[in-house]
Amino acid sequence: MAAKRSVIPFGPQHPVLPEPIHIDLVTEDEKVIEAIPSIGFVHRGLEHLVTKKDFGEMVYVAERICGICSFGHGYGYVDAIEHIMNIEPTNRAKYIRTLLFELSRMHSHILWLGLMADAFGFESLFMETWKYREKVLDMLEAATGGRVIFSIMRIGGLRKDVPDEVLQGFLPGLDEIEEGIKACEKAFLSDPAVLSRLKGVGYLSKEDAIDLGCEGPFLRASGVARDNRTSGYAAYGDMDFEVITSDDGDSYGRCYVRIQEIYQSAGIVRQCIEKMPKEGIYVPIKGFPNGEYMTIIEQPRGGACYYVHASGKKFIERMRVRTPTFANIPALAKTLQGCDVADVPILVVTIDPCISCTER
Amino acid sequence: MLENTEEIELIGLLNKIKEMKTDGSRIVQICATKIGSSYELLYTFGIDYDIKHVKVKTEPGEHVPSITDIFPAAYLYENEIHDLFGIAIDGINHDYKGKLYRTPVEAPFG
Repeated sequence: MAAKRSVIPFGPQHPVLPEPIHIDLVTEDEKVIEAIPSIGFVHRGLEHLVTKKDFGEMVYVAERICGICSFGHGYGYVDAIEHIMNIEPTNRAKYIRTLLFELSRMHSHILWLGLMADAFGFESLFMETWKYREKVLDMLEAATGGRVIFSIMRIGGLRKDVPDEVLQGFLPGLDEIEEGIKACEKAFLSDPAVLSRLKGVGYLSKEDAIDLGCEGPFLRASGVARDNRTSGYAAYGDMDFEVITSDDGDSYGRCYVRIQEIYQSAGIVRQCIEKMPKEGIYVPIKGFPNGEYMTIIEQPRGGACYYVHASGKKFIERMRVRTPTFANIPALAKTLQGCDVADVPILVVTIDPCISCTER
Repeated sequence: MLENTEEIELIGLLNKIKEMKTDGSRIVQICATKIGSSYELLYTFGIDYDIKHVKVKTEPGEHVPSITDIFPAAYLYENEIHDLFGIAIDGINHDYKGKLYRTPVEAPFG
């Protein structure tokens, strides 16, 4: 007898979803045959504000696109404007931007580890990982005064400097975080109960990952060595690091890549502190931007595009942000095909969905 | 002018997109910008870190062909452009028919 087809609505409210996304799961018994995603429940239209806000004030709006990758959004917008206006920030500003970018990546990835642990029902692991995220947030607070939204970015550099003694004070904390995550890593990558939920679940081939426009750790876990930091924006050109990939292509691979990237980010933060140039942090700007530019950066969740079209006025014609989650949704739908219904929540979490970014 | 950008006529869009596919490009993004009373569509493609753009101009009321037969993952971008700018895009493989974004105002960016 042919299996009965049903449609199970997943979301927009679900225990693994802090933000709303909806997926119609077409199932045959316990297998998902097709997944049809829907977004747009809380679209805010922030991009349109660029036509009503002064281009300098828009930095703060860009930062508020998302509370997790806020620094990257501010950076992407500012970098596009700086290219249009031919502004070259000082090296110290570039180094501090890189350092804050990597601290943001660490806290985002550790946050994801906690959410992942919570999704597969390991609550003590969730709390343990978030303990280390707090330490990263303490560093961000010491550097910028903010734990989530920093408001330190400015067209031409930074709004304030971070003293060298504050930066030096981060070094013991980085060691402690790495040690703590190494202990947690054993549970994520070796515990048999955890492996049964991750290994071989939600496989995405290298070819599909490229074809479907996949980004970030989701892409690199399918064996594609693409990381926009290697293009050398900010101070990444002076940093020594290699792109982390996994050939697993499954939930385990995505977990592995993000854990390794936490150590990698800690290493880049150390390099920034060690090589920090001593100079000013701000280059004055003149006039209004006129032209168009697209900046592509590597946010914690993957490559993000910031397109700015300006016409020499106080207000900009168009700002467009293509966030990594938006790009990863078609690949998520592909990943869900053929999985068990019970694995859907974990697979949704493995792309590290940020609906706040997606609903700009 | 954006670097690596080719401006083409709307009539030649699908042939150009097929060319990009044959070259091994992936879709990076599609966005629309309102310029005066017309619209500019910017299609971005990439091979590894090499990024190229294709730009087409369209007038209100004109229909734009979907590229989802060539790049199936482009459906979200095309639905977004339709919902925010009100640009008619024909033949999208997953057409949400104006329901991708639940906005109180029709075509708020248009």
